Amino acid sequence: MSINIFKINEELKEFIPQEVIDLEEKATWGNPKRGVMDLPYAKELLEEHSLCAGCPESMAFRYILASLPNPEDTIIVNSTGCTSLVFPHIALHTVHSLFGNQNAVATGIKRTLEWRFPDKVKDVIVLAGDGATVDIGLDCTLQSFFRQEKITTICFDNEVYANTGGQESGTTVQGHVFKMAPKGKQWPKVPMWQLAIDSGCHYVVRMSVSSPKKVEQVVKKAIYVAREVGPTYLHFYTPCILEIGLNSDDGLMEMRDKDKERFKFFEYVSPQAEEVIAKKKEEGLL
Amino acid sequence: MATLGPSHYSPYPVAVYENILPPPPGKALLFTEVVDEEVAMREAAKAMLTRENPTIFPGPQVIYAWNEEAKEKARLIRELAEVLEAKIIPMVDYRPKYPKIDPEKEINPNHPNLTIWHNNIKACIFVGVHCHYANVALKIIRAETDCFTIALCSNAGHEDAMITLRDQHADELRKFIEIAKEVKKEVK
Ligand SMILES: Cc1ncc(C[n+]2csc(CCOP(=O)(O)OP(=O)(O)O)c2C)c(N)n1
Ligand code: SF4
Ligand SMILES: [Mg+2]
Repeated sequence: MSINIFKINEELKEFIPQEVIDLEEKATWGNPKRGVMDLPYAKELLEEHSLCAGCPESMAFRYILASLPNPEDTIIVNSTGCTSLVFPHIALHTVHSLFGNQNAVATGIKRTLEWRFPDKVKDVIVLAGDGATVDIGLDCTLQSFFRQEKITTICFDNEVYANTGGQESGTTVQGHVFKMAPKGKQWPKVPMWQLAIDSGCHYVVRMSVSSPKKVEQVVKKAIYVAREVGPTYLHFYTPCILEIGLNSDDGLMEMRDKDKERFKFFEYVSPQAEEVIAKKKEEGLL
Repeated sequence: MATLGPSHYSPYPVAVYENILPPPPGKALLFTEVVDEEVAMREAAKAMLTRENPTIFPGPQVIYAWNEEAKEKARLIRELAEVLEAKIIPMVDYRPKYPKIDPEKEINPNHPNLTIWHNNIKACIFVGVHCHYANVALKIIRAETDCFTIALCSNAGHEDAMITLRDQHADELRKFIEIAKEVKKEVK
């Protein structure tokens, strides 16, 4: 990979559609200070999305993609679910893994890149739903934490298997009724952020994506810590407005409500991670 | 239109099931026949120079300036288009687009037939499209259109194209341009 893969050959430029020229000229490349404040001005790395109208996952995608400090050298591994339908539209290298295998696949990619490009910074990020991260893929997720893989794992927690029509997941709240969980969930929500800490993650956050600036900050911290120390984990509330019966413009209010309760901002930083974050702040990158 | 073909799960007829394989190194494929590279280049030039709306579809490997060879190839493709009096319609990347692409300006591997139909293209050249997407797109074009497809491939070639030239790099492109100039004198 190289930033040159976004540079269009002059000889062919006149035949290239404007949005692709914009991607070269108006997207933010090679600038670790890029962030959500660029959104109104810069070309986004997501051309369009295929989620339900107003789905908070689409907001989360936009904020995360705007915040990557090194997009030209970032690979995102995803898993099956609503999120996976968005990945083909992203103008970065993304890899679709078998459902639940995402952290194992990311491990292989990260290790290979370290071996192949020892002098280059390559960020590997996993981005998957709660079903993929906390249920079916829990083994691969935790094992990658135990092994101290230098990858950032982001879970879009919509508290349900949304893409398959509303089955309860490990992160569904106790008592919640879904189309295919008619009796209500019998057990409490899995505190995945706590499991991540206990399993060796160095930077862990639980929050909703109601605040773009906050998303930018935690994404950057998680990536910088993963680069230098070890696994990091971000647990984002991205409610499935379809399955909980909200309108397209209700997503933000739903997240703000939950900011006060089960998705109250929570951040864990290990001592090594503290050092990295302090250094990046000194460098003006956070 | 596509039918449930002989190729098991593929809805399209697929060349390998008709015992058509990519050409061996140093050779080219002309329909079902393994031929010398020059022969295939002449036929390719003839197809482009005599059929309606000839078009070159450059892919990401030649559109983007990711290495020196890509820059040189872009220049040569421009020259080739001039010699063949062909249009250039790019396949900029492989992202799906909703509701659909603008078929006048681009071609997408997921529905390449839209561009071919819309522009009534009867001969085309694929160059710089990554293998798996060239494979998919050429199969769809083969099944859904009457377009004469030519693959200028830098690897092993594509049996689903009507003419496959393999191991094509800048030198081979230069050779093709020279042959195209000769053929042009003969047919025009
Ligand atoms: C190995 C495998 N098992 C099951 C499935 C079926 N499946 C597709 S999407 C999905 C649910 C995804 O839920 P989640 O990870 O929470 O993502 P969401 O759709 O909620 O964003 C399941 C079970 C699959 N595609 N592959
Ligand atoms: S089903 Fe739910 S999570 Fe999936 S796109 Fe629609 S609102 Fe978003
Ligand atoms: Mg989910």
